[in-house]
Amino acid sequence: MTALLNAGDGSRPLLMGNEAIARGALEAGMNLAAGYPGTPSSEILENLAKVAEARNLYVEWSTNEKVAMEVAAAASFAGLRSLCVMKQNGVNVASDFLLHLAGSGTRGGMVLVTCDDPGALSSVNEGESRHFARMIELPLLEPGDFQEAKDMTAWAFALSEELGTLVMLRSVTRMSHASGIVRLGKLPDRLPRAEFKSDGPMLDPDDGPVLSMPVAHKHGLQQGRIKKAREIFEASPFNTYEGPDRPELLVITSSACSLYSREAVHALGLGDRVGILKMGTTWPLPPNLLKTHLSRADRILVVEEVLPFLEDNVKVIAAEAAGEVGIKTFFGKSDGTIPAMGELSPDLVMEALCRILDVPLPAADLQYGKMAREAASLKAPQRGLAFCPGCPHRASYWNIRTALKLDDREGFVCGDIGCYTLDVFPGGAGTLKTLHSMGSGTGVASGFGKLGPFGLDRPILAVCGDSTFFHAAMPALVNAIHHRSNITVIVLDNSGTAMTGFQSHPGLCVNAMGQEMPDVDIAKICAAMGAKVEIRDPFDLAETQSTINRLMEDAEGVKVLILKQKCALSPEKRGIRQYNVHVDEALCIGEDCGCNRLCTRIFRCPALVWDKEKRRARVDEVLCAGCGVCAQICPQSAIRKEVA
Amino acid sequence: MGTLQLPRDPYNIIITGVGGQGNVMASRVLSGMLVNKGLTITIGETFGASQRGGSVMSHIRVSATGTWSPQIPKGKADVIVALEPAEALRVLAAYGHPGVIVLANTRPVYPVGVITGELSYPALEEIRASLEQLSSRLWLIEATDAAIRLGSPILANIVMIGALAGSGILPLTPEDFRAVMAETLSGEKLEVNRKAFAAGMDMTKP
Repeated sequence: MTALLNAGDGSRPLLMGNEAIARGALEAGMNLAAGYPGTPSSEILENLAKVAEARNLYVEWSTNEKVAMEVAAAASFAGLRSLCVMKQNGVNVASDFLLHLAGSGTRGGMVLVTCDDPGALSSVNEGESRHFARMIELPLLEPGDFQEAKDMTAWAFALSEELGTLVMLRSVTRMSHASGIVRLGKLPDRLPRAEFKSDGPMLDPDDGPVLSMPVAHKHGLQQGRIKKAREIFEASPFNTYEGPDRPELLVITSSACSLYSREAVHALGLGDRVGILKMGTTWPLPPNLLKTHLSRADRILVVEEVLPFLEDNVKVIAAEAAGEVGIKTFFGKSDGTIPAMGELSPDLVMEALCRILDVPLPAADLQYGKMAREAASLKAPQRGLAFCPGCPHRASYWNIRTALKLDDREGFVCGDIGCYTLDVFPGGAGTLKTLHSMGSGTGVASGFGKLGPFGLDRPILAVCGDSTFFHAAMPALVNAIHHRSNITVIVLDNSGTAMTGFQSHPGLCVNAMGQEMPDVDIAKICAAMGAKVEIRDPFDLAETQSTINRLMEDAEGVKVLILKQKCALSPEKRGIRQYNVHVDEALCIGEDCGCNRLCTRIFRCPALVWDKEKRRARVDEVLCAGCGVCAQICPQSAIRKEVA
Repeated sequence: MGTLQLPRDPYNIIITGVGGQGNVMASRVLSGMLVNKGLTITIGETFGASQRGGSVMSHIRVSATGTWSPQIPKGKADVIVALEPAEALRVLAAYGHPGVIVLANTRPVYPVGVITGELSYPALEEIRASLEQLSSRLWLIEATDAAIRLGSPILANIVMIGALAGSGILPLTPEDFRAVMAETLSGEKLEVNRKAFAAGMDMTKP
């Protein structure tokens, strides 16, 4: 049984940060959760979906983050507690609605959980969601450990109701994807009814329509809520101080960085010289609390990840209160004591502390370190990211690259976000020449397609995944069709949101909770929009390549090619081989073959290995997924496949 | 509760491997066994591109006192369990020290650069020489071969956890393992995992 359904008898399970957040929402009696998958946030909704029936929840993967926020807001307007979950750049997508939601206010407790990815461990950006809290004027919480991830989430719903506004809770990869011991609270027994009151006077916050107008009035109300949040935060138990009364250095920190800071102070034995103020309520900052602690020391080090959000906001309070707390010397990202980019670690905090306090870093065994680094650089070859064995994207890019070469007009592909982004890495085919946000491949291609009159006469292609198609590619496709942009959009339809762990999307006949739903047909949508649509199986190399070539030669408007083949990791395919594949050593002529090792040098399937000793290709039986595609590329027909 | 004496507090274990080898599962199982002994565990995981051929690492902090950073400080690993031999070397370069204990699977997973012929992968004997030089104790375990004999190479992760238990570094028993696995598995699946754990234990038992 999942710990999320534990009765709360005081047990202390080991929970992933994302599980702790989900449990916190359940303990708060949340009834509706919506979001869009994105690492490191996805497990929150996945875990809630699993207990949807048991806990009377409605959980959905929405088409994108803005829609998710709108769906969750409706529940709040009807008096239910609702949760919205996304990764850092998802907040950008949702931000237009977010701005207006801050204006209209909320009713039932509503919490936005955003999971940032400092160091971009699984992102193509190092976005910072905290600035939205300040920019849009929303209260912001940052849990500092796993217990707080649960407790703060639960509290955030009550806070939202007390203030009448959405509350943001920001996690990071090292909280969301880390695990720790969490003492569980009780799960409530309540069956709230949804009731939307909207017939009262326009300005009635409980019974009137939910609007961000009249703007000046509503903006004033939101500023009042932020003022009240500031007062509540002055006494929040989530802001803690540990250290001497008058430390030589005060560390101000939040989130996972508070764990790094604590570890660094402990490792250096500086507990009697350094104090740590861990902030859990990071916007708006409570000024009186800050003044109390700023008074302790003349030197302040702010430890945080991504942008200097806490640092800048603390500096404003320090400047305003300089008369009371004295002049401070600040260390942090602005002066370079803390790296301006990438994720932090206990080691980076140790280095910062040693520099400021002029103490030596603990001596490492230099000779050992040198030996170990040499061994790793000589004997542990770099591990580039690559498409999985049996991945349909490898076949699709093989087809695209072959078609582009055959076409010979310097055609190129505008990339997009998903597993198929990996084409840019050495393990891919290198056909992607632009790469930005969800749906941007089609949008950028739409623009390139209008540059012919300015002399850009190259074939323009875009790729987009099936989930990405619904998320943000549809408006771009409409734009390209309406403006007769001459492009070919290739939808890499692998039947799932594969990169983030196979969540459902509108193209599938199932929802997040596993219930049967009507599937929305990508081909029919594209045809209805006015595109010329074809569907192929990317594993059929010859047919797919000739289709791409034909579409590229068609100079009239938007062509859509849907390449349909399930992800090799999908539940339907995983562990099931369609073919048993092996290399016939008698037929493979190795380096004497004119192909120059096409199979291993170009195709790059992790299961197809160049055996240096035998000078032949070899199939790794452990890794091979049995897709059989490689059998089509060997000019000697040495790669043999038999139906498994 | 709390009767287990740790060699150090926090005691730092790194489980490393390549995406798809069951690294996260191994760290959950091992941590579950330690939690049941009343210890406080913090796990930090790097698995963003876990299925796509990248290196994967789980940092496990075992403590009788409380929560620690989900990242182990450099040079502070006490034990490294490597599901792939070259990954053991990569982790030692950042987290090793002369006292570290290493258990490594012998079966390589070739990086894409090796498959294409741009990079070369060393012979196991070369890796062994470096691992011996860089650790205080070393076990090389034919975990994938044992797992294939049991029916599936993916069981190599459980064989390695069994090997860690067999080594006696931490007092972990087949009963501890069974208790954790029985929370999610039953029948044949539980049985084959139990066999994989036992096979690993046999390979390191003194």
